[in-house]
Amino acid sequence: MARLPIYGLMAEFDSPEALLEAGRRAFAEGFRRMDAYSPFPVDGLAEAIGFHRTRVPLIVLIGGLLGCIGGFYLQYWVAVIDYPINIGGRPLNSWPSFIPVTFELTILLAALAAFFGVLALNRLPMPYHPVFNVERFELASRNRFFLCIEAADTNFELERTRRFLDEIGSLGTYEVEP
Amino acid sequence: MASKPPDISSDTLPVLEPGHTFASITDKISSIVLTGRTPLFWYISFGIGFLLVLLLLFCITAVVSVGIGLFGVMIPVAWGWAIVNFVWWIGIGHAGTLISAILLLLRQKWRQSINRFAEAMTLFAVACAGIFPLIHLGRPWFAYWLFPYPSTMGIQPQFRSPLVWDVFAVSTYFTVSLLFWFLGLIPDLATLRDRATRRVPRFIYGMLAMGWRGSAVHWHRYESAYLLLAGLATPLVVSVHTVVSFDFAVALVPGWHSTIFPPYFVAGAIYSGFAMVLTIAIPLRKLYGLEDFITLRHLKNMAIVMLATGMIVAYGYLMETFMAWYSGDIFEKYMMMNRMFGPYGWLYWVLILFNILIPQALWVRSLQTNPWVLFFIAIAVNIGMWLERYVIVVVSLHRDFLPSAWGMYSGTIFDYGVFVGTIGLFVALLFLFIRLLPMISIFEMRELVHEEEARSE
Repeated sequence: MARLPIYGLMAEFDSPEALLEAGRRAFAEGFRRMDAYSPFPVDGLAEAIGFHRTRVPLIVLIGGLLGCIGGFYLQYWVAVIDYPINIGGRPLNSWPSFIPVTFELTILLAALAAFFGVLALNRLPMPYHPVFNVERFELASRNRFFLCIEAADTNFELERTRRFLDEIGSLGTYEVEP
Repeated sequence: MASKPPDISSDTLPVLEPGHTFASITDKISSIVLTGRTPLFWYISFGIGFLLVLLLLFCITAVVSVGIGLFGVMIPVAWGWAIVNFVWWIGIGHAGTLISAILLLLRQKWRQSINRFAEAMTLFAVACAGIFPLIHLGRPWFAYWLFPYPSTMGIQPQFRSPLVWDVFAVSTYFTVSLLFWFLGLIPDLATLRDRATRRVPRFIYGMLAMGWRGSAVHWHRYESAYLLLAGLATPLVVSVHTVVSFDFAVALVPGWHSTIFPPYFVAGAIYSGFAMVLTIAIPLRKLYGLEDFITLRHLKNMAIVMLATGMIVAYGYLMETFMAWYSGDIFEKYMMMNRMFGPYGWLYWVLILFNILIPQALWVRSLQTNPWVLFFIAIAVNIGMWLERYVIVVVSLHRDFLPSAWGMYSGTIFDYGVFVGTIGLFVALLFLFIRLLPMISIFEMRELVHEEEARSE
């Protein structure tokens, strides 16, 4: 891909409602490659800019199943195959005694999957990202809300997109260095 | 909003004092961390904690190099202070996860200003707890034998033993609590990165925030993961103290071998955990001027949770006594008589006073919002819960089946040293946390401001 002269255009808003409305209008206008930035999760914002489903639950489910099956098999292998000893005449595969550890390992692997899954899907850690080049963007973690339309979007055209962002109530529109 | 007559029902006590904006919340909480000036009380508290940590290190060194004979443990009482302290600390840890996970699933908005430091408290309490079974092993350098690994000795851990379950439960609990806490911290670390003016803090917070930028898509996945972690932590928190209670309930000792142990231990854990959260929250909100965020509503709700779990614990005591009589088992009956009127009888009555009688004051509405009274009751419950574990562990063991095997037990100076040392470690870690990380979740408070605004419109 050819290197674009700018990463995109960023518009600033002062309330979550304004950002939500702007996101909806930009999506209706046909923009697809964009992202909204807010200091706290805003209900429906991801959906408004066209992001509907997340694979986090699936990853957690797989982690949990691995922990459950692997945890039980670990104990089965230890108690029946690798180190069989007779404890008070109990069967080697005394499965009710294996449930607590199976449960703990299910939770452990599911939780690890949730944590590392969300980081991986979000592509974090990411030491550099163009949006940080906008000076005002440091307010995205305080009290300001931003919508960034990327230059890679097929509908993007610098002057027209700038006019569009001003129209939908941007308090300030900034060019984002790549 | 229409004005209402003043009363103290929970509807009128706000979870957040009015007049706050996204900016004021962010600045207030992050300034506690980013200020160049450390308040004097911080130095004093951390200093005391640090001195006690030195005491802890001294005592651990002595016990490890000489042996756990330095603790007063001997047959018949082979589990002494160390196990009492372990169960006490683990119990305290339970409130953090309860507040952050269960109250999140129940959509309790009042959790948002107390969850962060309650979670930190959980981590530090579990870390303190973990020290005890380790030293109590006698040869802590072989602790890894508890894990299944391809050993050249050809032996493996015994998975039918509750003590091995305990290893897995406690280490899972610590790991999951850490992940949950750190996931919650990421957006706030990004806030600190953006607010920090000096290079070094900006760099460190920036590294820890991992490039978090508050993207809508990221938030979407983040909330999904956070909710799932809460859903996973909820059964986990119940399982941990259940497994701890199995350490006792699976044994045959009278006073331990009881089916009521798991629920009664879990209730006791939450009880002591909330007592510890109150013990910490009441001074902190005063010292740091956080009364707007940790309001009387929080104190009141925590008091009510304490009262409710305290009543479950009281029911547990009642049932233990009833079952000792109803079972008709002479050993059980003797155990209960000995617990109440034997050589350690006075401990039982002090425990009843601290755990059951004093907290009944919380039925009085005006006392639920009185910080001084709550602080006093919380301290009483902390002591009472420690005594409960002492009564369960030591008093049950010292006279079991054969009178010829009876004996007496008391802790030694090293027991006191290690215990006080872990309190020091807890205090020191807590104050480091308060100084270096936001003790209240900033992004969740912004959310709360937004919800409060939406509600008042």
